[in-house]
Amino acid sequence: MSLLWLRFALGCYFVGLVYAFVALTRTSDLFSRIALHAATMGMVFHFVSLTELFLSGQIVWASVHNSESLLAFLSMAFFLVIYMIYKTTSPGVVVFPVVFFLTFVAALDEQPVLLTQFVSHKGWLIAHIMLIFTGYAALLVSFGASLLYLLQERRLKAKKPTSLIAFLPALEVIDQIGYRSLLLGFPFMTLGLITGSVVAITAPTIGRVDFLDPKILLSVLMWAVYMVMVFTRWNSGWRGRRAAFLATFAFVAALAAWAANYFSAMHRFGTS
Amino acid sequence: MRYQLIGLNHKSAPLEVRERLAIPESRLPDTCRELNAYPGIEEGMVISTCNRVEIIAHTVNGHADLRGFLHNHFHLKPEELDAHLYEFREKDAVRHIFRVASSLDSMVVGEAQILGQVKEAYATARAVGAVRGQLDQLFSRAFAVAKRVRSETAVGSSSVSIASVAVELAKKIFGSLQGKNVFIVGAGKMSELAARHLMAHGCASIFVANRTYDRAIGLAQKFDGQAIKFEDLYTTCDRADIVITSTGAPHAIFRREHGEQFLARRKNRPMFFIDIAVPRDVSPDMARLDGIFAYDIDDLQQAVSSHVADRRKEAERAEAIIASEVERFEARQHTLDVVPTIVSLQDHLETIRQAEIDRVRGRMGQLSPEQEIALEALTRGIINKVMHTPITTLKTAAKESEATTVVDVVRRLFNLQVKPKEEPAGPAVKKDEVGTRQ
Repeated sequence: MSLLWLRFALGCYFVGLVYAFVALTRTSDLFSRIALHAATMGMVFHFVSLTELFLSGQIVWASVHNSESLLAFLSMAFFLVIYMIYKTTSPGVVVFPVVFFLTFVAALDEQPVLLTQFVSHKGWLIAHIMLIFTGYAALLVSFGASLLYLLQERRLKAKKPTSLIAFLPALEVIDQIGYRSLLLGFPFMTLGLITGSVVAITAPTIGRVDFLDPKILLSVLMWAVYMVMVFTRWNSGWRGRRAAFLATFAFVAALAAWAANYFSAMHRFGTS
Repeated sequence: MRYQLIGLNHKSAPLEVRERLAIPESRLPDTCRELNAYPGIEEGMVISTCNRVEIIAHTVNGHADLRGFLHNHFHLKPEELDAHLYEFREKDAVRHIFRVASSLDSMVVGEAQILGQVKEAYATARAVGAVRGQLDQLFSRAFAVAKRVRSETAVGSSSVSIASVAVELAKKIFGSLQGKNVFIVGAGKMSELAARHLMAHGCASIFVANRTYDRAIGLAQKFDGQAIKFEDLYTTCDRADIVITSTGAPHAIFRREHGEQFLARRKNRPMFFIDIAVPRDVSPDMARLDGIFAYDIDDLQQAVSSHVADRRKEAERAEAIIASEVERFEARQHTLDVVPTIVSLQDHLETIRQAEIDRVRGRMGQLSPEQEIALEALTRGIINKVMHTPITTLKTAAKESEATTVVDVVRRLFNLQVKPKEEPAGPAVKKDEVGTRQ
């Protein structure tokens, strides 16, 4: 049943995906409203799906599909919070495709892949997943915002007002969205990494944090870039090209860290 | 319809010529009086804005020498002026006035200022008694047409003048202008206007720097702002988010190193430079810095005209509205002339009289010459007596604004039809009507 709701949600997110592509070429108030409603409905289905999964007692926190679904949901939640504050759907251009992709993979079929390692502290594991995913969602939004910032900056510099300028929010608004998500995401990411270490140390089969493990290495790298971003922004107001460069780097590191699940020795989702 | 119009605008004449013809507001009433005293003119008024000077008059015979009036009034030789002038008569003059009032003839099509300016010119002329029946009708209609164009097309949909384009761009950069600071470098009319717009949209405070410190103080006081000594420009400028610069300096006063300084002190928060100086005050290599957005006068013009391009379609629709309004106005003007109505009324009654006499004659057989005369006198007498009051009323009505209503009522009561001739509207007395019965 949970999967069915998730597929409904996927259908709604698809509208958002189409919006993301259309919005790049033209402005339509009506369409952005439709996309917004579709996204909200998608979130309701998504929420029902997650709740049902949780209540059924079959929840497997460390399954790839479930975590992807959760990450997608958190990203959408971020998107809606931004909409409520800034009344703009433009971050959807970046958020919708990612959310759609995550939900799509999660909704493929019901074959939870389990984290192979035995974990002794379930509470810590849940905290780790929730925190790190909120951090990921914030990073995604921040990354999206920095791309939009670049786009808007280009358009303003080119001095050729096109319809796209009307679609994007003001430069400073994009900047704020990016900066606030960045600031918000950082503590989550940090705490997520700490709880992750706790899980690793307390797990009887691991018992330590192996910094040479690709998963950990990449996670720490991502966190470091994240910190550099927050610092340069806070200290000297880096934005525009330089900030976008850092955000892209952090985002790629995050992707790599995620992909590392497939070849990390200790942080593995295995089928066997 | 003996309207005549002569004038020049931004398309027909360069700024230097327009400057020489511009009439200051204070001199406008006198010019109007002078115009009305000029031979051949019944009513006349003057529209003078920075983009146009126009004289519109209702003349005695449709051929007044308006050109001569311009030459006399401005003490200009014909060869200096004539090449830049355009002249319209009758229907074309009406169309031109409708277009001007609807902002279709403006440099920035759809801008809202012109209607206000025309209304002011109209009020001034009215105050000195230069505008009465004919121009009154023309302009009331023109204002109605302008309103119609505005409400039925999107020609005036968004803001356009340079100042409002600057505000729009500032909003694209900063979102809300609430709490933003504005710096005026070089006090000038245009920068003052832009500053006024920005303040109206919520900018917090204003700094003014000028080579002459006194002028800076004067302008700063107007905005409740702060005057800055020109030497302190570079040390204070980073406090502003929006800089409006219009100095007469022969070279750029903001160079790359200044931009870098400002950005470092502002922690890279963006700055918006509105550079309306010619030659430019912001050097191009400073404008390339990330976080510096500099728009020079050409960029602003371009932004303005891109609006215009969007509006071309709407302008076409507006032109269609105006064409139909000109037709309507012309038709109304025709019915407005009371003389043709009186003539056709008389014709109409005469036809009836003749028909009735013929009918009676047929029934009574041969009449003696005396009887003929008596019958003729009787019928004529009745018609003349009956017609006396209506004709007097029509004649008086012609001088009042209610003419249209009265003429319309008479025409409808007697089912009179007008068949206007193709010739231009000359003197009012002409027999172009045929009384018929349907």
